[in-house]
Amino acid sequence: MLLNIKNLHVSIDGKEIIKGLNFSVNKGEIHAIMGPNGTGKSTLAAAITGREGYEITQGEIIFKGQVINDWSPDKRANEGVFLSFQYPIEIPGVSMTNFMRTALNARREYRKLPPVSAGDFLRKMEEKKKLVDIQSKLTNRSVNEGFSGGEKKKNEIFQMAMLEPELAILDETDSGLDIDALKVVANGVNQLKSGENAFIVITHYQRLLEYIVPDFVHVMYDGRIVKSGGKGLALELEERGYEWIKEQFDD
Amino acid sequence: MRDEKKNKDVLEEVTTGEYKYGFVTDIESDQAAKGLTEDTVRFISKKKNEPEWLLEFRLKAYRHWLTLEEPDWALLHHPPIDYQDIIYYSAPRPKKELENLDEIDPELLDTFNKLGISLEEQKRLSGVAVDAVIDSVSVKTTFQDTLAKHDIIFCSISDAVKNHPDLVKKYLGTVVPYTDNYFAALNSAVFSDGSFCYIPKGVRCPIELSTYFRINAANTGQFERTLLIADEGAYVSYLEGCTAPMRDENQLHAAIVEIVTYDDAEVKYSTVQNWYPGSKEGKGGIYNFVTKRGLCKGRNSKISWTQVETGSAITWKYPSCILLGDNSVGEFYSVAVTNNYQQADTGTKMIHIGKNTKSTIISKGISAGRSNNSYRGLVRVSKNADNARNYSQCDSLLLGDKCGAHTFPYIKTGNDTAIVEHEATTSKISDDQLFYCQQRGIDKEKAIGLIVNGYAKQVLNKLPMEFAVEAQKLLAITLEGSVG
Ligand SMILES: Nc1ncnc2c1ncn2[C@@H]1O[C@H](COP(=O)(O)OP(=O)(O)O)[C@@H](O)[C@H]1O
Ligand SMILES: [Mg+2]
Repeated sequence: MLLNIKNLHVSIDGKEIIKGLNFSVNKGEIHAIMGPNGTGKSTLAAAITGREGYEITQGEIIFKGQVINDWSPDKRANEGVFLSFQYPIEIPGVSMTNFMRTALNARREYRKLPPVSAGDFLRKMEEKKKLVDIQSKLTNRSVNEGFSGGEKKKNEIFQMAMLEPELAILDETDSGLDIDALKVVANGVNQLKSGENAFIVITHYQRLLEYIVPDFVHVMYDGRIVKSGGKGLALELEERGYEWIKEQFDD
Repeated sequence: MRDEKKNKDVLEEVTTGEYKYGFVTDIESDQAAKGLTEDTVRFISKKKNEPEWLLEFRLKAYRHWLTLEEPDWALLHHPPIDYQDIIYYSAPRPKKELENLDEIDPELLDTFNKLGISLEEQKRLSGVAVDAVIDSVSVKTTFQDTLAKHDIIFCSISDAVKNHPDLVKKYLGTVVPYTDNYFAALNSAVFSDGSFCYIPKGVRCPIELSTYFRINAANTGQFERTLLIADEGAYVSYLEGCTAPMRDENQLHAAIVEIVTYDDAEVKYSTVQNWYPGSKEGKGGIYNFVTKRGLCKGRNSKISWTQVETGSAITWKYPSCILLGDNSVGEFYSVAVTNNYQQADTGTKMIHIGKNTKSTIISKGISAGRSNNSYRGLVRVSKNADNARNYSQCDSLLLGDKCGAHTFPYIKTGNDTAIVEHEATTSKISDDQLFYCQQRGIDKEKAIGLIVNGYAKQVLNKLPMEFAVEAQKLLAITLEGSVG
């Protein structure tokens, strides 16, 4: 089992947002998490990646057999957890190239490997840029600065391709993307997918799931996973909306 | 909120970095007695076998200094400086004429190696000529042959007094007269060494020129003086670096730099200032009171100041340009970092006198710990300076909430055709930025270094290549702490 979450409770500023969530992911699987706005999907992603301020009050997050509740975000990242941000952050004056090289070398240092050579690094950049159809000029610019919404999302997938995580969480990577960009993102995921890694795709829409076919679909509501199923569940949600789920659980 | 609070704690740790250049070199030195009197001035002058006119210059400066009061307008707080408790002259011993590197005291060479400065042949590869000043005396100027081929004079100011007295006499004190301010008067009375450089007409200096200053002896002040002349059509890029050992008491550094450029000449003057900033608790550190000024005397001449200020307990420094020649250009690019209990009050003055003169000011302040960081700048356009233009951008970055950032821009225009623009921003490193970096595997400390370097990039880009790398590391080190 790659990721195993047991009875997870997460609070922000003393307010409980995740309220006893159970969830597990095996290598080679793609899981979709759907659910209305404000039900804690991003909070779950933040808890798995170790963001400060997201306090785990109960339960365990187990990654590759180890409880990671207390690990720093960078340790989790270097162990192979990646988050494609719902809202990617701008870092003025830091070029994408420099940022990626720093990140890659941090990972290598963590694994006690020497820094990547300039040649190998540039070759890898070229290869992965093609994968997500990203333009060269983007990697010369500062991290996410002046990028369009679509470019930012593609840039997240590009970083994922560069860092080759074992567990990738895509938080609404599809929101605001046109169909072409959506295909690029999906194509990136499909090419990176292997028997050795797994994806958690957080989305509102079944649309993305036409291109990234999930093995499991989960519905999150009010801080819990309230329903799980196969691909068909996504279609049902698309047709019926979330109201019936809310009605079922609100009382 | 919790998120912010935790980050604050880490920022605090990260920003209480320790100084890494604080070793003391065990060199015997030849010193003046503590304190400052006319006799001290005469002692220094005699030690240096100076001509009568220079002794006169020093004595006039000294007598003027006695009539002045220390300035108190800067946003700096420090206990009163006891000028009688300072040693005004200290020379490493043995001091004799040095022909080549082999004759330099090995301890001294070791000092430079620790500083990462090699006076040896490897510098030839990076194409940098170095003058090194320890305490008060210039110990070695490399690269004389290459420079001589172009008739460039680059030597210690003491040697210049000996070998080129007419040039020194013609320019010394013309850009920064001893009457300029308290510290300028003090320096003019007791300056010990420094660099002198003259680039003749039409010569582009083929290598970077560089001076390293180091205060070593205890209780000594350092008062160096640099004079740089670029004749018509000449060009030179000049870099100064400095460090000092860790000592519990404060040490005074009061330097003067004067630059003169003639028609079509250009001087790029870069500084990486890394004097000992004091301990985490604010004990010790260098008091850095410096007067730097360039005179764009000729038409189309240009003076560009770039400074990366990471050290000193106190920095009081306003590298300025007097734009006298028509079409002359003045630039000031600055990164000033203050951490722990450091205080910096720094900026520039751009004085537009000639027509069509242009100036640019880019100032990036970074405050951390309990430090205070002020930008103080003056843009003055005089009556006849038609079509003068200035653009100023002053940004402040705060790390944590116990530090201060202040901006004091003064604008005085006496000519309606002037266009003066001023922009200012204040920002913080956001939790979002830190988390984004960490999620990519970059730890918090490295992330801060990365973000700060990004913020300062516009200025760092102005430094000569080799020094930009050095400066980047220095920024990261200055803000580095004990985070595991
Ligand atoms: N940083 C925060 N501070 C306070 N409340 C937050 C914060 N982040 C999220 N929340 C709250 O947590 C709940 C879940 O939000 P989120 O995880 O973003 O939902 P989703 O991603 O499913 O739309 C919402 O009520 C939201 O207002
Ligand atoms: Mg969300």
